[in-house]
Amino acid sequence: MKMTLVQKIIARAAGKPSVAPGEIVTCKVDLAMIHDSGGPRRVGPRLKELGVKVWDKDRVVVVSDHYVPAVDTESAAILKLTRDWVKEQGITRFYDMKGICHVILPEHGHLAPGLFIAGGDSHSTMGGAYGCYMAGFGATEMTGVLATGETWTVVPETILVRIHGRLARGLSAKDIMLMLCKRIGMENSFKAVEYAGSAVAAMSMQERMVLSNMAAELGCETGLVAPDETTLAAMRAAGRAPDADALSWRGDDGAAYAAIHDVDAADFAPQVAGPHSPDNTLPVDGYAGRRIDQAYIGACVGAKLEDLQMAASVLRGRKVADGVRLLIAPASAKTTAAASADGTLAALTAAGAILLPSGCGACAGLGAGLLAEGEVCISTTNRNFKGRMGANSAEVYLGSPFTVAASALEGRIADPRPYLATAGAP
Amino acid sequence: MIAGRVWRFGDGIDTDVLAPGIYMKKPVEELARHCLEAVDPNFAKNVKPGDVVVAGKNFGLGSSREQAAQALVILGVGAVIAESFARIFYRNALNLGLPALFSDDVAKIKAGDQLSVDPTAGVMRNQTTGAVLACRPIPPHLMDMVSAGGLMPFLKRKFAQGAA
Repeated sequence: MKMTLVQKIIARAAGKPSVAPGEIVTCKVDLAMIHDSGGPRRVGPRLKELGVKVWDKDRVVVVSDHYVPAVDTESAAILKLTRDWVKEQGITRFYDMKGICHVILPEHGHLAPGLFIAGGDSHSTMGGAYGCYMAGFGATEMTGVLATGETWTVVPETILVRIHGRLARGLSAKDIMLMLCKRIGMENSFKAVEYAGSAVAAMSMQERMVLSNMAAELGCETGLVAPDETTLAAMRAAGRAPDADALSWRGDDGAAYAAIHDVDAADFAPQVAGPHSPDNTLPVDGYAGRRIDQAYIGACVGAKLEDLQMAASVLRGRKVADGVRLLIAPASAKTTAAASADGTLAALTAAGAILLPSGCGACAGLGAGLLAEGEVCISTTNRNFKGRMGANSAEVYLGSPFTVAASALEGRIADPRPYLATAGAP
Repeated sequence: MIAGRVWRFGDGIDTDVLAPGIYMKKPVEELARHCLEAVDPNFAKNVKPGDVVVAGKNFGLGSSREQAAQALVILGVGAVIAESFARIFYRNALNLGLPALFSDDVAKIKAGDQLSVDPTAGVMRNQTTGAVLACRPIPPHLMDMVSAGGLMPFLKRKFAQGAA
């Protein structure tokens, strides 16, 4: 049987020579990731109820990123519980305030092509950028995964998105994903998406991670990119030697897809999603001129080193508009270190940006940077549902780091391309 | 058999309105009092045990936060009937023993109707209009778990039998 990449990974994890879409299979989990919000405080008591410990402490990664750093006694208690639980379980792969889980996993060499990974967070799809199956699960289901090392899935059909050509200056993977949320919609549940084509081949891993991250917004179970030399180089840089057969993880020629979408990377403008949904997308002109109170550069999807570099390419030598606050929460400690070393942070702060701790923060309505009633924010995050970043009447627009930076300069939603016309490529 | 009054919602009810982030660190019972308040401030106050949530497409899209389904369980919701569900919410609901049922007949159900639901047979009766409506039964591979009351009781049984 000709199989897509996701079928091949699921077949391997299910111990079968092949699987077909629609088949219900039980898979062995190669790695399980949980965080402080859905993790120990919710799975801990349940494992106790079952009278078991985690099935394999070396296959569990725990990340404290949602309530970091503690802002009150409630968040402090959650973080303490997380530390205590990790110790009790003997788990050594614990990242306490080192960054956001989906960025931590590849930074520390936990991802590899062909792995089957269960993550206790919806944006776990981001791991698919490394050619693995990674999907999100809730806390009770993660309890089952941690207790048994297994989970079930209905083998998904794959939507193939081929992105051709080259992204123009001022465009990024984020613009592609906002456009796709509108074009193919957010209701692709129980399907996988795979990204391919010359624009994807030319993308860095951090940009591919944006495609995979926002597979969650498409409603997809996971979002994969077949591994290539770029993938292997990123693994080596993170201290993980790829398996000899790593590049064999790819779909068969002639495999059947649920749908194939072709995207011309050269043929679109920066995209902005208006309140209150990522599919409420228009080319930036459609929202340009809307006044903003806050610009936020944060989250797994939108505050990696390259995101900060994109913002800096717009902000360097310029100043954030009066009356606007530009808040930046780098995605991880390593991101901060690298952005500090290469001058990116200095360019951002010189423009007037305020640095916040690394973590999920305002994106998930948890940390610093929440919005008051009626306030307007443009954000590099991935969701803008009602009330997500604070008050129910706050309006959140989503855009790329380029667009968010340009909007911070003007105090209004703005096209970033004029600011990049003379600058060097980011 | 589940029977109760219908609370009607539209398409794209997301996990941020089901379980608002700003209450996520509170005990889940407290969070449940804010369930869906951004779209219907009366829901959490007035919903009665056994009532049924009926909605449009892609119910529960967004986060993996299980509290989105758990809040409905705490409020006593008997079942969620929707044209379609987001994957993680769907799994979370069934894992917590909350029947989540796909139906193409939601347009024939209005807010305040009395609805009875048989999740095993996939039959609903709108007692207000008299219409007999269809929903997709819970898939057979999950029926054991849902009838056990969810994944935890199911796992307990499995571990007690030493089968895990």
